[in-house]
Amino acid sequence: MYGKGIVKGLGITLKRLIETYIDDIKWGKKRYNTDEGIAHRMSKDARGIFTVQYPEEKIPVPEEFRFIPFLIYEVDENGEKIERCTSCGICAKVCPSQCIWIERTKDPKTGRPVPVPAEFYIDIDMCLNCGLCAEYCPFDAIKMDHDYELASYERTIYNKEKLLKPVSYYASIRPRNYEREEKARAKAAAIKNARKKQNIR
Amino acid sequence: MATKSFSIDEVKENFQEINIEEDERKGYSGLIVETDKLVDFANILKNKMGFDYLSSVTGVDYLPDNMMEVVYHAYKSTGGKPMEFKVQVPREKPVVPSLVSVYPGAGFQEREAWDLLGIKFDGHPNLKRILMWEGFAGHPLRKDWHEAYYEEDAKPYKSRWPNGRDVHLAEDRNPYKKNVVYPKDFDPDKWNPEGEDALYLGMKSLQKDDDLKTEQIIVNLGPQHPSTHGVFRMVVNLEGETVKKLEPVMGYLHRNHEKIGERNTYLMNIPYTDRLDYLSSMSNNFGYVLAVEKLMGEKAKPTERAEYIRVIMAEFTRISNHLFAIGTFLNDLGAYFTPMLYALEERELIMDIFEATAGSRIMCNYFRFGGVARDLPPGVYEKMRDLVFDRLPRKIDELDKYLTNNELVRVRSEGIGVLTPEEAIAFSAAGPVLRASGVPYDVRRAEPYGIYNRFDFKVVARNHGDVYDRYLVRLEEIRQSILIIQQALDQMPDGPIINGKPQYQVRVPAGEAYGRVEGPKGELGFYIVSNGKPNPWRYHVRAPSFINLTALSKMCEGDKVADTIIILGSIDIVLGETDR
Repeated sequence: MYGKGIVKGLGITLKRLIETYIDDIKWGKKRYNTDEGIAHRMSKDARGIFTVQYPEEKIPVPEEFRFIPFLIYEVDENGEKIERCTSCGICAKVCPSQCIWIERTKDPKTGRPVPVPAEFYIDIDMCLNCGLCAEYCPFDAIKMDHDYELASYERTIYNKEKLLKPVSYYASIRPRNYEREEKARAKAAAIKNARKKQNIR
Repeated sequence: MATKSFSIDEVKENFQEINIEEDERKGYSGLIVETDKLVDFANILKNKMGFDYLSSVTGVDYLPDNMMEVVYHAYKSTGGKPMEFKVQVPREKPVVPSLVSVYPGAGFQEREAWDLLGIKFDGHPNLKRILMWEGFAGHPLRKDWHEAYYEEDAKPYKSRWPNGRDVHLAEDRNPYKKNVVYPKDFDPDKWNPEGEDALYLGMKSLQKDDDLKTEQIIVNLGPQHPSTHGVFRMVVNLEGETVKKLEPVMGYLHRNHEKIGERNTYLMNIPYTDRLDYLSSMSNNFGYVLAVEKLMGEKAKPTERAEYIRVIMAEFTRISNHLFAIGTFLNDLGAYFTPMLYALEERELIMDIFEATAGSRIMCNYFRFGGVARDLPPGVYEKMRDLVFDRLPRKIDELDKYLTNNELVRVRSEGIGVLTPEEAIAFSAAGPVLRASGVPYDVRRAEPYGIYNRFDFKVVARNHGDVYDRYLVRLEEIRQSILIIQQALDQMPDGPIINGKPQYQVRVPAGEAYGRVEGPKGELGFYIVSNGKPNPWRYHVRAPSFINLTALSKMCEGDKVADTIIILGSIDIVLGETDR
């Protein structure tokens, strides 16, 4: 019969429409604006309409999500900021869009480089968010952020002050990576200490 | 390094009167053909030896040797290794005979080589610029050509470290109105676009049908018609409603990806390849990484687990790309957005997987030389299983039931935009366009790469070569991809995900390599020439969406103007890749 295909197709549209309401009724108020509801709408069992009402609702970003690099500092016993960055320049060398500028600190007396960046700029409008800087940093000093709501009217270049964030923040957005890296760092430090002791003897 | 596919003596037997030599430079392979005899050579190659499919044509500027080289890769449409041949011409007078008469698929590619490298193709019927505009000064891919914001020949730039105090915005280096170089004696206000006139004249010169008084008119579809999938323009000569002749005009999104690629180091290019066909970044990564791994040899052999992850990701990309293609195709037909959004829902779930693994939904940047960037995080494997064993098969069946037998879809698309198998091969069409025309050519089978020879799947082909068949091929390919992922997930071993320690400076020995994969849009190839430095000397992309457009004119002739939109939709182009 001519038109059978169209009727069948419309049946599917109708089914989808009804499913949305069935799901709505089944889940009640829990379907919207709750973590559980968003998780359900992102799962394989999602039925009917599964749009998320941004910005009222936000999809939680996975741990590996990457958006704009930031620099990590640690806080020592005296409350002083200690930057992890040694200004080795690997991130600037690996950056595909060349949006990282680093100025190395020089000892005012001897003129020799000191392993701390004097300035660190990232042109975040040029950044590709590729994450290569974070991937190849040997000191775990530069990491990718999770904050993606950065729309602005102006061109933006972040300086060191703006880029620095505490290590606790990093631990909160990437707990699994943080744990793994801390283990590796502790191991490396232990080896270093053992070598030092040997040398002293 | 490319492996030799046949002995030179065997080949020479076929060409008694033509001088051919083996390319003996270190790391190179293929044949060097006498320039004057190129057309004869190609004729014998095609008709006697069966290399009927010309995949890639490109040029290389060997500035230190004062030489231009044109590189061709031809294949048999029944599968197998390539026949690579080259001609070498002096840099001052680079003239090469055109192969359009033998392989019509060379048309656009030769125009591109003329546009970007300034190699003249003698006998080309329409040798105009294709990506740059007619008033452009110079040929940008030549090694001695510098862009307006030129800083250094190769990245990383010295101004960034260790004295990166002089931070500047990109546009400060490249101020508006000073960022263009015009040819000598050129006044933009008085300029009359010759190319445009020629284009319209070429359209007008068509014979008129005098039986019925129908007026011929020239219509510009685009740039940026909502249905043209991006900034794309088609100039159509119409007689009544029937298309007499059509010519695609492109380049609006051109950014000279290849020049950028030659400034980049090998690793930096991976995120840039994401931005070619931005709907299938994983496949682009795959092709590029494969080409570089060929050059690097054994030390960059991917680990077993990485091979499986690569295949899974590439096939998920194919599914998401085909879903998008079907969705937009239905949009072009006028089914405004309902089927599109049904398709996008499933694509969304696939992108969730990409985001959790690679860190980004679209710009994945996931492949590395010798492996992949990171292992699957916990929970992703289960999510993949849920999708391919449960949800996707169910949803694809629903989409099939929803669209395939819809009478309106069939009436609009059956018998429209027909491409015969002979034409499809001649025009170097690839991917679903080629297979819908009845040529079961799929790089995954024809010249398997990665670990594709371990999986059981069908090469989908259909026989009518029309728009409807292209839709059906895509739908069936989704099912085959699901099958491949199911097998890969079952077989995937544990283990390291990268060969050796991840390195940001890779050593690539001098030589050339052509790596190709079956991307969702067709054969995606990367031709790379290395001179041992950290940056590639030549980086060329054989872009399927660009080359598939060669056949567009043929497909549209004789059809109605409204059908050109769906024919274009059925080729499934992405302008990021077309214009590069």
